[in-house]
Amino acid sequence: MFPPLPNPPVQPMPAKFGEQDLVRRSASNVAPPARQLTQMAKLIDTSKCIGCKACQAACLEWNDLREEVGFNHGVLDNPLDLTPSSLTVMRFSEWINPETQNLEWLIRKDGCMHCADPGCLKACPAPGAIVQYSNGIVDFDHDKCIGCGYCIKGCPFNIPRISKVDNKAYKCTLCSDRVAVGQGPACAKACPTQAIVFGTKEEMKQHAEDRIKDLKSRGFVNAGLYDPPGVGGTHVMYVLHHADKPEIYANLPKDPRISPIVEVWKGVTKYAGMVAIGAFAAVGFLHHLISGPNRVSDEDEQNAERLTGGGS
Amino acid sequence: MNMELSRRQFVKGASAGMVSTTLGALGFGGIEAALAASIRPYKLSGVTETRNTCTYCSVACGIIMYSKGDLAKGEQADIIHIEGDADHPTNRGTLCPKGAALLDMVHAQTRTKYPQIRKPGSDKFERVSWEVALDRIARLMKDDRDKNFIAKSADGVTVNRWLTTGFLAASATTNETAWATYKVVRSAGMLAFDNQARV
Amino acid sequence: MTNSWTDIKNTDLVVIMGGNAAEAHPCGFKWVTEAKANRGARLIVIDPRFTRSASVADVYAPIRQGTDIAFLLGVIKYCIDNDKVQWDYTKSFTNAPYIVKEGFAFQDGLFTGYDEARRDYNRSTWEYELGPDGYVVVDATLQNPRCVWNLLKQHVSIYTPEMVERICGTPKDKFLKVAQMISETSSPTRTMTSMYALGWTQHSKGSQNIRAMAMLQLILGNIGVRGGGMNALRGHSNIQGLTDIGLMSNLIPGYLTIPTEKEATFNAYMSTRGFKPLRPDQMSYWQNYKKFFVSFLKSMWGDAATAENDFAYDYLPKLDVPGYDVLRAFDMMHQGKLNGYFCQGFNPLLSFPNRKKVTSALSKLKFLVVMDPLQTETARFWENHGDHNDVETSKIQTEVIELPTTCFAEDTGSLVNSGRWLQWHWAGGTPPGEAKHDTWIMAQIYMRLKALYQKEGGAVPEPIVNLSWSYKDPNEPSPDELAKELNGAALEDITDPNDPTKVLIAKGKQLPGFAAMRDDGKTNGACWIYSGSYTEAGNQMARRDNSDQDETGAFSKWAWSWPANRRILYNRASADINGKAWDPSRKLIEWDGTKWSGYDVPDIAPGAKPGVVGPFIMNPEGTARLFTRGMMRDGPFPAHYEPFESPVVNVTAPKVRGNPAARVFRGDMEQFGNAKEFPFAATSYRLTEHFHFWTKHAQINASLQPEFFVEISEQLAKEKNIQSGAWVRVWSQRGSVKAKAVVTKRIVPLTCDGKTVHIVGIPLHWGFTGAARKGFGPNSLTPYVGDANIETPEYKAFLVDIEPIAGPVA
Repeated sequence: MFPPLPNPPVQPMPAKFGEQDLVRRSASNVAPPARQLTQMAKLIDTSKCIGCKACQAACLEWNDLREEVGFNHGVLDNPLDLTPSSLTVMRFSEWINPETQNLEWLIRKDGCMHCADPGCLKACPAPGAIVQYSNGIVDFDHDKCIGCGYCIKGCPFNIPRISKVDNKAYKCTLCSDRVAVGQGPACAKACPTQAIVFGTKEEMKQHAEDRIKDLKSRGFVNAGLYDPPGVGGTHVMYVLHHADKPEIYANLPKDPRISPIVEVWKGVTKYAGMVAIGAFAAVGFLHHLISGPNRVSDEDEQNAERLTGGGS
Repeated sequence: MNMELSRRQFVKGASAGMVSTTLGALGFGGIEAALAASIRPYKLSGVTETRNTCTYCSVACGIIMYSKGDLAKGEQADIIHIEGDADHPTNRGTLCPKGAALLDMVHAQTRTKYPQIRKPGSDKFERVSWEVALDRIARLMKDDRDKNFIAKSADGVTVNRWLTTGFLAASATTNETAWATYKVVRSAGMLAFDNQARV
Repeated sequence: MTNSWTDIKNTDLVVIMGGNAAEAHPCGFKWVTEAKANRGARLIVIDPRFTRSASVADVYAPIRQGTDIAFLLGVIKYCIDNDKVQWDYTKSFTNAPYIVKEGFAFQDGLFTGYDEARRDYNRSTWEYELGPDGYVVVDATLQNPRCVWNLLKQHVSIYTPEMVERICGTPKDKFLKVAQMISETSSPTRTMTSMYALGWTQHSKGSQNIRAMAMLQLILGNIGVRGGGMNALRGHSNIQGLTDIGLMSNLIPGYLTIPTEKEATFNAYMSTRGFKPLRPDQMSYWQNYKKFFVSFLKSMWGDAATAENDFAYDYLPKLDVPGYDVLRAFDMMHQGKLNGYFCQGFNPLLSFPNRKKVTSALSKLKFLVVMDPLQTETARFWENHGDHNDVETSKIQTEVIELPTTCFAEDTGSLVNSGRWLQWHWAGGTPPGEAKHDTWIMAQIYMRLKALYQKEGGAVPEPIVNLSWSYKDPNEPSPDELAKELNGAALEDITDPNDPTKVLIAKGKQLPGFAAMRDDGKTNGACWIYSGSYTEAGNQMARRDNSDQDETGAFSKWAWSWPANRRILYNRASADINGKAWDPSRKLIEWDGTKWSGYDVPDIAPGAKPGVVGPFIMNPEGTARLFTRGMMRDGPFPAHYEPFESPVVNVTAPKVRGNPAARVFRGDMEQFGNAKEFPFAATSYRLTEHFHFWTKHAQINASLQPEFFVEISEQLAKEKNIQSGAWVRVWSQRGSVKAKAVVTKRIVPLTCDGKTVHIVGIPLHWGFTGAARKGFGPNSLTPYVGDANIETPEYKAFLVDIEPIAGPVA
């Protein structure tokens, strides 16, 4: 069995990462951190997932969030979509495999992918409202969020949601509060079948290899890992039985990329002014130094260059 | 059981091996740092842990209840979080959607809190004291038992049965509650006695 | 479970049939996932619906609800026809070679001895042929046409793959695929586990469903081995414990039984519980019955239970019928024959079949006491909630007393899991309001009743006033005191029978185990199978050492399992006739020439020689039974019977409706519907987001699955013009409900006996209290009939009709 996540501590302990580990900060500049944290990742194995929604329950409970009691909409999904409280939801797809004519019930836990190249962060005009740590976690600082919703537009996976109560954007934090004390995310701890596991990104990739081998032995010849290069890879990855067709898993994008962000840049100009834009470009440069070549599309880069007067 | 003692015991056991990989990866060379503004303050610092078993199905997952205040020390204890116990051989820290939401069962708005009586024909419950409720129950039981108890069958065999009152026992109470219940119900001669095994 | 949750990782093949472990027991199902990931195990799911378990299965086969016996006997036939039988195991460890009396037969769907008027059998022909030595006659060559094996072969011969398809609606190719995979586990080095739950029990022939699989597991050699077994996945956290402790009409703790009024004396009672061995040299462990029974009586009545008064045998109530199970109790209530009723953590208004009858029954009570941590519908059965509980409140004369109890988080004690582990837990939260422990409440009721009898006298007060109640605080016995009582203690010095000067257990000490129990009143012990759980070494149930030698999955130092901390029942059968493991990689216990030892506590005397003493020591035969003699009311072999409400007639016996030996009360038969009026085959079930009627009170769970719905196929939706997410009405002969429709590919129409059968799935979890939306459950619709042996209601197969309706006005 994959090593279970440990029990959370109750004795006070210092946070294992924080402000000094930021590699990017929306609409602002950060100094390169003195150390590089190990890259962490969550691996979601759709072939082990039984759609029990333990991840949804654990997420609500740990984060002290509650979802309103809704309605049945003719499906088992509930709530139907992500909300400012439901930072993760299970999406159920009934798919008839054209090759075997067998029904396959494809169940995918949806939520923030913690992209290496976070479209949300790049689109965000509010300085410091979205940050990225060197362990891969992309987090929102709600005190700085201005509720403009550009993060949603910037996200290739359509994840953040704006709260009607406080007009701020919410999404999965990868349980940054738990990771900071040496724990894994609440969903991964709870997941009954270990369809969700958490560890270093390398460890997760290795574990995925084993899972893919097992799936291939069961006739899933296209089983594979979903770690899309279009966003620089992600810190939430999937094992898919049909990795050649991610779209059958409730429209998981086949080749996600940050959308052309011209409008976003205009928005940045409008709300945060040119200073922020300069900072943004600087973040991109820093990222280039720390993490190797930036994988934002050429088009995006050109837009950025044009708007910032050839900053980087 | 002393929680610290049990903790040490686990570390000696298999769980030590279980937890090493991920924990190792999370160690960052002892650099201490203040939390970033985006990171929520960790909510379990300094709270009390108590080990329990999930109340729902018979997998009987080990759970840890985190409370403000320590019941074992006679304090008021308010449970603020419940999580799977990684040391438990069966569930290894995992929980299903029911177990992961146990906290909402403990604090359900529709928990019963006070004894209540609904009088015949009435459209409402009325709050009463435990004394009133228990005295009333004992009276009702005795009157019915005295009136309808069958000491001997038609053939003269001692049968000592009371058939006009029945008892449905629970499914999530402890063995100890079950035994106390058994003694009270059987000694009274009740036979219409059953539990949830069938449903 | 014969095995444990953690043992499932040792299997090669998991068959989930009659259950839905991924949905109902996700964290136990983890061990299926582990077996798949680490051993390459395969998973087969056989279910009317493509369930969450099916979503991760290697093979899914659909089946019509209520036809499992036909399917399983078909697999047994397949194994016999294809010589996929573990012969050494079957010949040595089962009663296959035993000869059955002349006169036993099965014809037109009935065994010999049927009495239609009584709906019961005279079972005298369902017996072994006994030799002059008093032992069963056997034919080790299996040639005798009347040996159990040949009778079984004959009995299953009609269940061809074609017949299975005709009855069950399972396509022949799917059936053959499943049968072939199962048959491969007849190899001594391959094994299969059967995981089942209410999907098998909640039928009018539920016990026989389970027997059919147990028989299959026996001929494959899969009982007693690691990764094998018959694994009943119990539903509630301590339903195993409540059953062990005998909180049922006819039980005494430890599966002893309440006397009937025919057993007027202690000796008459014991005379039918002698359990003389049926084969030479067998242990027939129930020969110790008297020790367990007397120890129980001593725990009940202490000093008032003496040898002179037969240990207060007269204090025990005597039965005049087989049992006052809940169906009988509510039928009596419905007839006005019950005046008072207690519900301790139980919600019968929603849990029992035919809600209209249940409501009417509760309304006839003089008083109802509900002890519960949650506000149940039962405590509020008299409240009008419009459509959701349409009663005339003022006409209901029942006095209702609701008592608030603590929940798990606020109490201390032990619970028994499905794998028979007794695990201790500790209270950690302050109860809300004035909520009290159940032990306190029971003690308060008892103390008051006792005081009234002492003061006023009354009907036979002795069993009450003499009840042993010597707790430190009689107003609230502590969990430790009660647990110690369950274990038992020495009431006098227990001496060595060979040397009376040698004290084995001093007076007042806890017993080390049930082997120390005495039939002379020198020990007490309420529940013999729990003896060893709380000894002089302390509370064994609180043990928390999770080490596991060689990773067998036994976890022998974690908590304590009954009996005797044994983790796998019948583990002697994991070794061959000579005591060597069938599969060396799955060694459990072995004979080393002088004794049995290994990873588990041997399920046999440590010195019992292999080849002499059989592995099934609780049976007087020493072997397992493929043929159960007269021990089950509805037949020594399982046979296919349709549910009482079925869309098709029984093709094997067209004249037989339902299980011919199932009890049906007056008035209930008339309330069964027929396929002409109610064309669709309905079934009820649980969803993973909810636990019974409890989690609708938990806000998170209420939000995860907020509203009552029913599930139907795309084909039926089209036929009836039903839109997914829109409202429908579903009704049976007994009631009507309104629900949202979920139209799904996971349910497909089946073809049974040439007829299209549509399935309507009805989940359980809604009512009119709690945080979720108000809704109905399936039990407004379900029939009032139970299993022939243990009266579990037939919730899984009944008939309904369905139509689209306009939604209720918001």
